[in-house]
Amino acid sequence: MAVTTASPSAPPDPHPALISVLDDTARTWLDESAAKVAADPAAVRRLFPAVRRRCGHARLDAYWTVDEAARAVLLTALPLRGQALADDVTRLHRHGDPAEQRAVLRTLPLLDLGDLALPLVRETLRGNDTTLIEAALGPYAAAHLPDAEYRQAVLKCVFCEIPLDRVTGLDTRADRELARMLADFAHERLAAGRDVPQDILPVVRAFPDVIGAELKHALTDRLTDILKEES
Amino acid sequence: MRIFDPHIHMTSRTTDDYEAMYAAGVRAVVEPAFWLGQPRTSPESFYDYFDGLLGWEPYRAAQFGIQHFCTIALNPKEANDPRCLPVLDELDRYLAKDRVVAVGEIGYDSMTPEEDEALARQLQLAIEHELPALVHTPHRDKAAGTRRTLDVVRESGIAPELVVLDHLNELTVGMVLDSGCWAGFSIYPKTKMSEDRMVEILKEHGTERVLVNSAADWGRSDPLKTRKTADAMLAAGFGDDAVDEVLWRNPVAFYGQSGRLELEEPKPDEEATFRGNSIRRGGA
Ligand SMILES: [Zn+2]
Repeated sequence: MAVTTASPSAPPDPHPALISVLDDTARTWLDESAAKVAADPAAVRRLFPAVRRRCGHARLDAYWTVDEAARAVLLTALPLRGQALADDVTRLHRHGDPAEQRAVLRTLPLLDLGDLALPLVRETLRGNDTTLIEAALGPYAAAHLPDAEYRQAVLKCVFCEIPLDRVTGLDTRADRELARMLADFAHERLAAGRDVPQDILPVVRAFPDVIGAELKHALTDRLTDILKEES
Repeated sequence: MRIFDPHIHMTSRTTDDYEAMYAAGVRAVVEPAFWLGQPRTSPESFYDYFDGLLGWEPYRAAQFGIQHFCTIALNPKEANDPRCLPVLDELDRYLAKDRVVAVGEIGYDSMTPEEDEALARQLQLAIEHELPALVHTPHRDKAAGTRRTLDVVRESGIAPELVVLDHLNELTVGMVLDSGCWAGFSIYPKTKMSEDRMVEILKEHGTERVLVNSAADWGRSDPLKTRKTADAMLAAGFGDDAVDEVLWRNPVAFYGQSGRLELEEPKPDEEATFRGNSIRRGGA
């Protein structure tokens, strides 16, 4: 119902892959559960938390685990849109354990929510759970998070040691200001005698003028050398 | 000796307690949702508490080699406060979760019409979620309260073997075992029920369908009462097998009826966190 059309950054449709890994009992349970949710949205309250023990939680593909994908099937079965959908999804997130919250965050790009789920992304980014932060910074955040918050989110990943290749949209959303922030961060690291994480270098390299032009930093030369070495 | 404490409020206990419990043989606990000694004034306080019973507390227990499960309910005391009643409408979300092995603590506190309603409704939820029910018996007017509780349990249609009536004593144990329900005993320091009286009850009524717990919480209580009861049983001539039955196999059998009691030794992991937070000090 609420599935948006595929875009280059949309996650894979979880249903075909799931069908191939679930056994008969789990598949029947999931199909029946999705039908119940489609007929009565309140049914999702009981079914959504039960997914892990009914369907398992192994990894399905690079984006989904089995439980996340099965929960996505239930969420996309909700016969709701706009604010009503956002309210239900928000309550599932509110009452969810970390696995349920990851499933909600991973499913956001498949739901017709506009900006209405941004509070869930923001709440996650205020927390310390790197698995949740990673799940929050998928295609939905890439499409909806305002520039300043997107930059802060990337910086938070650097601090939490979440590899930046797991953050969706960095290639199109990285801008000069983000490059400046990361260059500053690199300077701080160098000043403290610590290593600079390699995955920030492509962003900084894409905006070479952020080094030196405004940052008359004692360590500018060292950073310039690092950037050259790695390219 | 392996011990399963089927009723203990670890949220109110310290890491020292966890260490002492592990050393005494405790390997699994069930923490029933209850009140905090001070009334909650809104449903949101319950949800944060339930989230803790399902999140932070199992994490904390696992760091000490103990498996933690919980029961979820609106407790009888707070069922009397209209501000808390909306919790009943959200219980579906929590009763469906993996580590929830029963509906509880439900039952009577002052035997009001509000408590009648909450008890009957939550017994129905137990039936719908295919869960056992942990039913507390009132501290005042206990015999009459226990009789009335058994009537409500019968009327609800739940199978008696899915119900434990807790905080029993010499006067209430007989009628509970006769009903087909399980009999729960909370061993407290000084008041209510002692380990020696417990041993006498076991001699008279046998070890079948009996659960022994510490019910330790924020009040004067002792999380090692399960072990002390086991020692008292051995001193009174019970064998190792009887002790294992009462303090391990019985609670496993009772809560195992939920289908969600996945017992596996937790491996304490210094680096583990819950939502990025840990019990270490000086770290995250
Ligand atoms: Zn209790």
